[in-house]
Amino acid sequence: MSGNVSSLSRRGAVVNEATTEPLWVRWSLIFIALVFLSLFLVIPLVAVFKEAFSRGAGVYWAAITEPDAWHAIKLTLLAAAISVPLNVVFGISAAWAITKFQFRGKQALITLIDLPFAVSPVVAGLIYVLLFGAHGWLGPWLGEHDIRIIFAVPGIVLATVFVTFPFVARELIPLMEEQGKSHEEAALTLGASGWQTFWRVTLPSIKWGLLYGIILCNARAMGEFGAVSVVSGHIRGQTNTLPLHIEILYNEYQFAAAFAAASLLAGLALVTLLVKSLLEWQHTRDRERASTN
Amino acid sequence: MKKVRHASVIPGFGLSLGYASFYASLIVFIPLAALFAKAFTLTWAEFWSTVLDPQAVASYRLSLGAAFIGALINLVFGFVVAWVLVRYQFFGKRIVDALVDLPFALPTAVAGIALTTLYAPQGWIGQWLTPLGIKVAYAPLGVVVALTFIGLPFVVRTLQPVLEELEKEVEEAAASLGASRWNTFQRILLPALLPALLTGFALAFARAVGEYGSVVFISGNMPFRTEITPLLIVTKLEQYNYAGAAALAVVLLVFSFVLLLLINLLQYWASKRAGA
Repeated sequence: MSGNVSSLSRRGAVVNEATTEPLWVRWSLIFIALVFLSLFLVIPLVAVFKEAFSRGAGVYWAAITEPDAWHAIKLTLLAAAISVPLNVVFGISAAWAITKFQFRGKQALITLIDLPFAVSPVVAGLIYVLLFGAHGWLGPWLGEHDIRIIFAVPGIVLATVFVTFPFVARELIPLMEEQGKSHEEAALTLGASGWQTFWRVTLPSIKWGLLYGIILCNARAMGEFGAVSVVSGHIRGQTNTLPLHIEILYNEYQFAAAFAAASLLAGLALVTLLVKSLLEWQHTRDRERASTN
Repeated sequence: MKKVRHASVIPGFGLSLGYASFYASLIVFIPLAALFAKAFTLTWAEFWSTVLDPQAVASYRLSLGAAFIGALINLVFGFVVAWVLVRYQFFGKRIVDALVDLPFALPTAVAGIALTTLYAPQGWIGQWLTPLGIKVAYAPLGVVVALTFIGLPFVVRTLQPVLEELEKEVEEAAASLGASRWNTFQRILLPALLPALLTGFALAFARAVGEYGSVVFISGNMPFRTEITPLLIVTKLEQYNYAGAAALAVVLLVFSFVLLLLINLLQYWASKRAGA
């Protein structure tokens, strides 16, 4: 203890010795935390990029521009482009109903929104196979009308919608709860219509939280594997999304190509984390500014 | 219902609630109900023989056991990470903080192939473990590694806000009354952090039990040894055994619901304690 005090006073730092740990404890804890995170996060991330370029930039470029890869990229973008807007509209309307009104069954709706988080991705795919698959409840009817959902693009979109279902609503509900409804009530009593109030009052005040939810929703939509794998049927050049394309290449021992495709998704993950952090810093700054005013 | 609507000048109750309920029923409620309906097309005897089949029981043991150990690892190290991020200053802290969410953002298939390559016998990490006789990839330990990765952010992210809001005065009071730092930690800090720690643990556990993408690459998928329950469901589905797949899914779902209930109770307990 005494050694620690002298080392602190030498540095001239004013540290309340009684409510912090000795220096060696602090450094050991920081060291343990960094080793743990390096082992589980940093090294795997570096490995993805290193393996992707292990056979040179030429092989990398060929792997991400070949027709099957290109088709997988387009399908992944399509699935996200449909499921994210659907869940944004749902998220906004669910948050509006839950935070602006009192009604019976509110808790049930909130639980329903959280449910997909608790469901295994495999089960998320399975439920649609049971409904729409050839041997599913609606399978015979769909067969007669020549509509394909399972082992086709609509199934992939449905599975993606399911796994990303809670993201936007989960971000917006606490945010809109905190903001209350006095601003909307003021706008309405001043003669604004309901839609005007929504576009000009509510939307500007939730835009950062909404963007945050969209970013997370999009990352999950583009990266979902388990649920999509169950409904896709793995038809090359037709129902393969980027994560499924990675699996096929990996199982064929085309490691450099698999990691090249994986590096695209890892890049997406890094961009997601960056935007997310920027939004969080923006939010803290806004808050600090609001509290000093 | 009517009285409620008149109490507010805000419009859109019918539209927003109607649309939200309709969409939630279509996407979540009806498909999940169909799953239970399918599972119960089996007779009780068939249901139990599917669910208690030795291969299925072995898969529960692996899924639950590995998820539990993974969550335990995250409980300990997630605590250290959250503590360090909230209490100490060091170079690169912001980047480290942002990186904690990587398992949320990185697709599970990418995590799966990366971890497998690292822990394979010739991999960067595997080559150091093989001489020690430790086998990670294609062994139950690999499942633990993948599930630790998947659950990593939960304990950190549930603990961080609680740690930030702890009042320093309580610790100062304890210190001025002569408590050692370790004593303060045990008697003051740990009890205050316990609900958040348990919530984070339960969330990591719940997420890991259903995980599929990252595990299938590293586990090797050997029946009775490294086969997780979600994989067994996929296998049954590929054999067109829909009812069998649904029965196992029901087991997994019931387990998740129990955990979800537990998490809600923990949060209720935490908020009650914070209010008291």
